[in-house]
Amino acid sequence: MKSELKVKAIEKGTVIDHIKAENLYKILSIIGIENLDTQIFIGNNLDSQKFGKKAIIKIADKFPSMDDVNKIALIDPNAVINIIRDYQVVEKTKVELPETINTFVKCINPKCITNHEKVETKFNVQVKDGKVNLKCYYCEKITGQNNIEVIR
Amino acid sequence: MKNKSLVSINDYTKEEYFKILDLAEEFQKNPNHKLLENHVIASLFFEPSTRTRLSFETAIQRLGGKVIGFSEAANTSVAKGESLKDTILTVSKYADLIVMRHPIEGSARYASTVSDKPIINAGDGSNQHPTQCLLDLYSIRKTQGTLENINLFLVGDLKHGRTVHSLLQAMSEFNPVFNFVSPPLLRMPQEYKDFLDEKGIKYYEHDELNESIKHADIIYVTRVQRERFSDPMEYEKVKNAYVLKNKMLEGTKDNLRILHPLPRVNEIDTDVDPNPKAYYFEQAENGVYARMALMCHILGIR
Ligand SMILES: [Zn+2]
Repeated sequence: MKSELKVKAIEKGTVIDHIKAENLYKILSIIGIENLDTQIFIGNNLDSQKFGKKAIIKIADKFPSMDDVNKIALIDPNAVINIIRDYQVVEKTKVELPETINTFVKCINPKCITNHEKVETKFNVQVKDGKVNLKCYYCEKITGQNNIEVIR
Repeated sequence: MKNKSLVSINDYTKEEYFKILDLAEEFQKNPNHKLLENHVIASLFFEPSTRTRLSFETAIQRLGGKVIGFSEAANTSVAKGESLKDTILTVSKYADLIVMRHPIEGSARYASTVSDKPIINAGDGSNQHPTQCLLDLYSIRKTQGTLENINLFLVGDLKHGRTVHSLLQAMSEFNPVFNFVSPPLLRMPQEYKDFLDEKGIKYYEHDELNESIKHADIIYVTRVQRERFSDPMEYEKVKNAYVLKNKMLEGTKDNLRILHPLPRVNEIDTDVDPNPKAYYFEQAENGVYARMALMCHILGIR
């Protein structure tokens, strides 16, 4: 059986596929899964032809915003987002890192103005050795991929 | 006007810096003008820095401008809890240009997005201090006749020193050779060495000041601060290894000049002061001309 089918099909909504298994929980957290009230199906440690084990998330009746896509790209740039209508994939997007990330990531520098005054964060996205680095527009310090903390 | 703010050394092009350095040279020949006669400049020092503030205020006075502001945040609206945004919005209604120093990093960049008048960053925490870099460039060009192909020794705390980091970035445009002299704990951070590798610029690292300074065109000395060491023994061991003494300058190049951003503690022995190669007090004086030129450039006066 195809691995996508091991997780229940949805009539309409969003399927986030080709997530590296190790990234599943970070993605669930960054998209704020606990705040969603529609049906959600999650598969993990499924066999992947591209890499060892993959995860898949199916969210019924919800469609991702640009912010959601950016958040997923930050954690797993290889993920694929499928939009489903009538049980069919009508749109397939490979997530892509944007040039800038605004508002939802916290700057790691405790002395940064964004952590002292009501200032929306803003970062330039840089990729170095396969890792995402976020350079703060204000304090110019780097927040590394492993230190990304989402502002709720 | 807004985009003229100088917050970070990367905000201006090489051509703009040359234009400012040329203007600074003019001001050095003839320092008193009335170019800012009809201007009010705000000097907002949210943390004290006597040297930088006096340099800016001298520059404003020499140009005939008027200064408003404060030298520390105590007894101001800031102490009453006013936000930086409100302070900047208010002052930008009074003054034509705002010079600010603030302990919070990114504060000057934020101010430049809030204010409709230009901002000069006079230091934001450990982040940027671009006018120091400007006067360093001026001092190097003035003493060497060029910024190209300089052999530059950076000595002291190369890990935390924002001054040496900015200077490294700025001088990298001009095909330099760098020599880094520091205790192992306070070495130049890897990201700056990567930056030099990418640009194909040569650098050498040394644990102590030795005869290699015979090749130097510029020796730029910074303070090794006791509080950077968690182990006081470690500080005691290294503190004397980085003190420049006059007899070490025997056999060095004639064009060599010694620079220091000041204040100095003991890292340059006072016996160096009478040596014609000592240039740190002239360097401080140059800061006034560089800041005069920068303000005229930003206000579009010259
Ligand atoms: Zn920041």
